Amino acid sequence: MPANLQPPDPEQLAMAVRGGERAALAAALNLLDDKRPASRSSAIALMTELQTGQAAKNSRLIGITGPPGAGKSSLTAALISVWRQRGLSIGVLAVDPSSPISGGALLGDRLRMKTSSEDDAVFVRSLACRGQFGGLSAEVWPMSLVMLAAFDITLIETVGVGQREIDVADMCDTTCYVAQPGSGDSVQFLKAGILEVPHILVVNKEDMGAVARRTLSELGAAMSREHSEGNWTVPVLSASATNGSGIEALADVMEQHHKVLREQGLIKQRRQHYQGKWILKRLRDEFGSNGLTRLGGTDSILDQLQAHSSTLFEHYEALRQRLL
Amino acid sequence: MNQETVKRDRPWLMRTYSGHSSAKASNELYRVNLSKGQTGLSVAFDLPTQTGYDSDHPLARGEVGKVGVPIDHIGDMEALFDQIPLGQMNTSMTINATAPWLLALYVAVAERQGVDPAQLQGTTQNDVLKEYLSRGTYIFPPEPSVRLTTDLIAYTVENIPKWNPTNICSYHLQEAGATPTQELAYALSTAIAILDAVKASGQIPQERFQDVVGRISFFVNAGIRFVEETCKLRAFNRMWDAMAEQRYGVADPKKRRFRYGVQVNSLGLTESQPENNVQRIVLEMLAVTLSKNTRARAIQLPAWNEALGLPRPWDQQWALRMQQVLALETDLLEYGDLLDGSPVIEAKVQELIAGAEAEMARVADQGGMVQAIESGYVKRELVQSHTLRMRNIESGELKIVGVNCFEQTAESPLTAGTDSGIMKVDVQAEHDQIAGLQAFRAARDQQAVDKALMQLQEAAAGGGNIMPSSIECARAGVTTGEWSEVLREVFGEYRAPTGIDISMAGQTDSAAMDAVRAQVRSTGEELGRPLRLLIGKPGLDGHSNGAEQIAVKGRDAGFEIVYEGIRLTPAQIARAAQEEGVHLIGLSVLSGSHLELVEDIHAELEKIGAGAIPLVIGGIIPEDDARKLKAQGVQAVFTPKDVDMNAIMTTMVGVIRSANGLEA
Repeated sequence: MPANLQPPDPEQLAMAVRGGERAALAAALNLLDDKRPASRSSAIALMTELQTGQAAKNSRLIGITGPPGAGKSSLTAALISVWRQRGLSIGVLAVDPSSPISGGALLGDRLRMKTSSEDDAVFVRSLACRGQFGGLSAEVWPMSLVMLAAFDITLIETVGVGQREIDVADMCDTTCYVAQPGSGDSVQFLKAGILEVPHILVVNKEDMGAVARRTLSELGAAMSREHSEGNWTVPVLSASATNGSGIEALADVMEQHHKVLREQGLIKQRRQHYQGKWILKRLRDEFGSNGLTRLGGTDSILDQLQAHSSTLFEHYEALRQRLL
Repeated sequence: MNQETVKRDRPWLMRTYSGHSSAKASNELYRVNLSKGQTGLSVAFDLPTQTGYDSDHPLARGEVGKVGVPIDHIGDMEALFDQIPLGQMNTSMTINATAPWLLALYVAVAERQGVDPAQLQGTTQNDVLKEYLSRGTYIFPPEPSVRLTTDLIAYTVENIPKWNPTNICSYHLQEAGATPTQELAYALSTAIAILDAVKASGQIPQERFQDVVGRISFFVNAGIRFVEETCKLRAFNRMWDAMAEQRYGVADPKKRRFRYGVQVNSLGLTESQPENNVQRIVLEMLAVTLSKNTRARAIQLPAWNEALGLPRPWDQQWALRMQQVLALETDLLEYGDLLDGSPVIEAKVQELIAGAEAEMARVADQGGMVQAIESGYVKRELVQSHTLRMRNIESGELKIVGVNCFEQTAESPLTAGTDSGIMKVDVQAEHDQIAGLQAFRAARDQQAVDKALMQLQEAAAGGGNIMPSSIECARAGVTTGEWSEVLREVFGEYRAPTGIDISMAGQTDSAAMDAVRAQVRSTGEELGRPLRLLIGKPGLDGHSNGAEQIAVKGRDAGFEIVYEGIRLTPAQIARAAQEEGVHLIGLSVLSGSHLELVEDIHAELEKIGAGAIPLVIGGIIPEDDARKLKAQGVQAVFTPKDVDMNAIMTTMVGVIRSANGLEA
């Protein structure tokens, strides 16, 4: 029987993932993507294994979002090389849109992220968003947990132009919004409601000169500088992925934000909150709001999840079984 | 009629695009071709030379001497032109990213032959912009590439006045799927980008700028729709004349002439019933010769068996004889322009001009050709045109004899020989070339080399003209890889947009397509997740039509496609396949180095524990090699005769099924 018909042993897989073994990492990501019942329960066991060991590792989960063409992938590539110089390992989840007709997708982000093929400390997995309303496919959150277990930094890159599409912020510690110079659009979108979401704003392509400077000052003026979560003043930066300027500063600010979260002991709490929201979303996608009502309503579910925070994924599966 | 009194026009330059294995072997071929009545040379360089790598670079493995001659240093260039007096030769070099370097070597060899470089005649293709759209032998980003092009133009206008410093190419655009209107628009927009850059560089005084315009020539394609093609050339003629006069103020009509060379279409040549390619080639040649006022200055014809593999000397001779029969036996050259005054021709010309002007305006609106390339716009337009063409072939709307109609054929004696009707490059050639290179490096004056490279670095970083220091490098014994490496460090390397992110309507209306989609979806369901396919283009070959078309079709069929563009190493492909968790790797190789590349990719996959991922390949792959590839474990081999894209998709799904233990 070919190897991939038998789900791998979750415990061994989790250990190999933590050890940064690339083949295991690839297998774990494939497993989380796999909808077959046997794979599904293996996946739940894997998530539980990984979750147990997670808190110990001081790894960071960063989201990069922004309109198409803003240069998110090039910026990611530039960040990767700065992080590599700082001795950090990086896992990237790059989300691309799917075709509504065929379900097929062109996953093109690797092209712009091309780094050294010999570097074991960088791992890129592309994902199609597969028609998910929020712009992120349902697998992203569990996959990011796998990446977190293996790398110092996990970065989720996704297209986000409107309020509804910025749910990358609902699963990351730090969300960075990349704006395109000269597109009044970015400012419009920011005004339209995602103003509150990002922790960091960056205007890419500062090599474009005056246009980039104007966008920078417009955004600076439009932003409410104090983040709604408190204790954080949203910095508005300027960078250029093309000539590498401003990238070090961006990496510094990201690190600073992480430090602030950690000092306040928010990381664990925040990730549990996101896991809860993700589970709610999965349940809603699968069973509709009726299903949520049958489980006692949103608040009750979140309370239950809170109570089962160490076995979150098993509890999620138990909730599913109640509805099936 | 009295034969004595008939005044015939002088025929065009007759060339054969050739070069292979080594400088010595290519030199012998050139001398034989010249003795057969060829009147100029057209040098084909191998891919390492075109992309700036020495023959012993890891990326050059399997590519040395394959699609052209390897030139590592002045010794190779000298051997290439041994006993060919450069003062009397007209040499065309298909060279782009490394054009300044190859011209520098040519100048240095002329000096050694005692020829004054000012006397040299010939052409450097030197049009990097089209390389981002087709063919793919670019190295640097567009901006420094335009600067190198500009430097070469400025240098030759001053120092080698009879040289054609650049051949603006619409040829490769047609090969990438361009319609006649797109060919006109993008070639002329490229000419504008280059001329504007020369002007802005300030290297040529205003009063001599018309000499620059006068030296610009074009390299054009001619497809099988020969009436439309001849109209396209008349449109080119008229648009170029108007542009030179109005935009660049060239008063002298001679310096506004649309001068062009031709290689006729390869895209339409077929692997099935390949003998039919002979009549295709002859008809395409008519398109560029019929009209005296727009006749080609130089013609090179492909060989009838190009879609099968490398042509043999006899195949190339046949192509040359086609030209000779048209020029010498027929009465074509005895008449004035045959088409002047035809209202039908005139209407078509007007239609093409209007379409081209509209597209040129769209390019100009985006800031010009460089910007329209960087944004991916032009590439997307081309991929879209080519996808449409493939779709029409598949549906039978576009008829290709022997491919989608009249497929029955008697057995061909032409391809039945022991050599399968193609040329094979001696594998020993690569070893010999590397040994020669290493001996050359050991024997040269390293101090002179270091000094020359330092001067090159200063010129590149400082903005001085790149040619004088390049010529000094050539004299000092610098290698192709060293020259390129200095510039890579100064300018950086570039990856061009792939253009596959097009969205096209009308894909749902075919039953065959629906069936393929159902297979892709259900197999994905059985395997628990959507099918993922990595399309890999390993090696230095940049002909990406096949890879792009499979990517677009695969997306439409429901695959999740990972495609990173051209020029990947086997290690990069293997790692990407693992990281992305793909079910299948599809490789595209057109340079003939498929055996070496597949062997390397298999080894890399095994090394990282991803050996279970199945592999299929497409390309110009002779039957013998296809058998070897299958013996190496390749699950399917596709060649140009596989035009049914739905069938290709079905085969790929089948490969995935069997690799995962699912029933066929």
